Amino acid sequence: MAFRTPSLVDETIAPKIDIRDLHFAVEGQQILAGVSVAVRPGEILCVMGLSGAGKSTLTRCVAGLIKPTSGQILVDGEDIAPLPENELARVRAKMGVVFQYAALFDSMNVFENIAFGITRGPRREENKRMARITLIRRVAELLHAVGLPGIEKKLPSELSGGMRRRVGLARALATDPEIVLYDEPTSGLDPVTAASIDELILSTRDRNRVTSIVVSHDMGSIYRIADKILLLYEGHVQILGTPDEVRRSEDPVVSQFIHGEINGPIQVRRR
Amino acid sequence: MTTQSTQPIRAGEGGPTPPPVPHPAPPETVISEAEYVIEEAGRLSVGVVRDIVVGVVAYFGEAIYLLLQTLRALRRGVNLPDLLRQMSVIGVESIPIALLTVGFSGAVLALYTVGTLQRYGASNLVGGIVALSIVRETGPILTGVVIAARAGSAITAEIGSMKVTEQIDALRSMALSPVEYLVVPRLLAALITLPLVCVFADMAGVLGGAIVAASNGVSFPAYRESLRLLMEPSGSDITRGLVKTVVFGVILTLVGCREGLETSGGATGVGQATTRSVVLSIVLIFVADFLLTFLLFNSGLF
Repeated sequence: MAFRTPSLVDETIAPKIDIRDLHFAVEGQQILAGVSVAVRPGEILCVMGLSGAGKSTLTRCVAGLIKPTSGQILVDGEDIAPLPENELARVRAKMGVVFQYAALFDSMNVFENIAFGITRGPRREENKRMARITLIRRVAELLHAVGLPGIEKKLPSELSGGMRRRVGLARALATDPEIVLYDEPTSGLDPVTAASIDELILSTRDRNRVTSIVVSHDMGSIYRIADKILLLYEGHVQILGTPDEVRRSEDPVVSQFIHGEINGPIQVRRR
Repeated sequence: MTTQSTQPIRAGEGGPTPPPVPHPAPPETVISEAEYVIEEAGRLSVGVVRDIVVGVVAYFGEAIYLLLQTLRALRRGVNLPDLLRQMSVIGVESIPIALLTVGFSGAVLALYTVGTLQRYGASNLVGGIVALSIVRETGPILTGVVIAARAGSAITAEIGSMKVTEQIDALRSMALSPVEYLVVPRLLAALITLPLVCVFADMAGVLGGAIVAASNGVSFPAYRESLRLLMEPSGSDITRGLVKTVVFGVILTLVGCREGLETSGGATGVGQATTRSVVLSIVLIFVADFLLTFLLFNSGLF
């Protein structure tokens, strides 16, 4: 297993993603109440929090799938929060999203799913004249990179959960994104498969210097991959720091969360 | 109503007699229970009517907005393989059921009319009467209804499942508009194929009528001759019927796509959205049919 290179992130470099005072409310319920975090190029930010703490909401805001109530999301210095759907296309060309259950198009086989991102995705204009053989080769490369060579003909329904996430990652990487957002990439997977996904997240970052935001509950996985950890609690940032800082934190909320204790300041509603 | 109903009660109180008051109470507005019931019923129905009106206006607003988005996306063209696939699903695969339903309807129409016509010695007119009913009304509306039930439901179920499994979000994250990718090919396919399916269905209906007529002693040549006699020589009966199916196609794809894209709540949500989509498109098809019949056949404009 490759170990994380701790000095990869230089704090003086301008952030790739800069989230400033982000608020999101739906039907009068405050999901995010002033979240600020900066992610530098090549950095892996892990977002953790209780179920319903707004982790997915945060990534969905960054992906431009939902509009925040207020606040800024700067991607390469450009605020994407106010952009209309058609202008978001330009920003989305830089991003890949790996969805929780992969969200593969189940009417298409694996090849078509991955090729879809290339021929129909944000770079469709420049890829329009791509020769079929180049496309086939590119898909094969991507599948090889996620450790699943030769499954082009399979349908998503024929794949296991772990394989689907890998194909989902291959599809997200098909357009050479500079940013990859992972929504619970390892949840529901066995520890070995989960570790292999972590490995992929790291190698993706190392290969292309991709900036990543990973939403996860899995403490083992977070410690393996995170450069920075963000704990969301009741819509705000409870702690933002390196894995070591988080581990050493004496904040009762943080320590209750990372050790998974029942008693503490976090009250889980019980029947 | 019971004798209790005449007993006066306080406004807003439907229960038993109020507790005894020690001192003479100040004069109070007292209404009878009947008045109270009427008032409540009025308030409730105003609420219901308002909800329905607001709901209908909002729905039409959304549907028209979706149509405008679709038309705007249409300018960027359509992916030919997607269009052909949808034409196959919406059109070609609906041909058998359309042929069957309209064919039997034609036969039933002939059964009803041939006896009566024979009594007046006009049984040779049966062909024209059946054909006119089929091409103007039965053919288009049955085509619309069976395709709404077959393809409209499939559209909602497919798009709805894509919505609840985040595939719609995946499309958007790849900078592909769901309207452009999902709605445009379906709408175009319906616009192209519904009139074509209806042409075949019309033929099946007229043929169904001819078979029944023949078994009742009206020969094929006489049947055909009466078509020539009663139908517009320009064929405008047929084309006006086909215009109806174009509108039905817009209704069933827009409702189907809209319900699919608004689906939430997992598998149950997909089921509910599908039911809503079919019910709504069939109701709207009948309403549109009435308006179109008035406009195309009774207004004298066409």
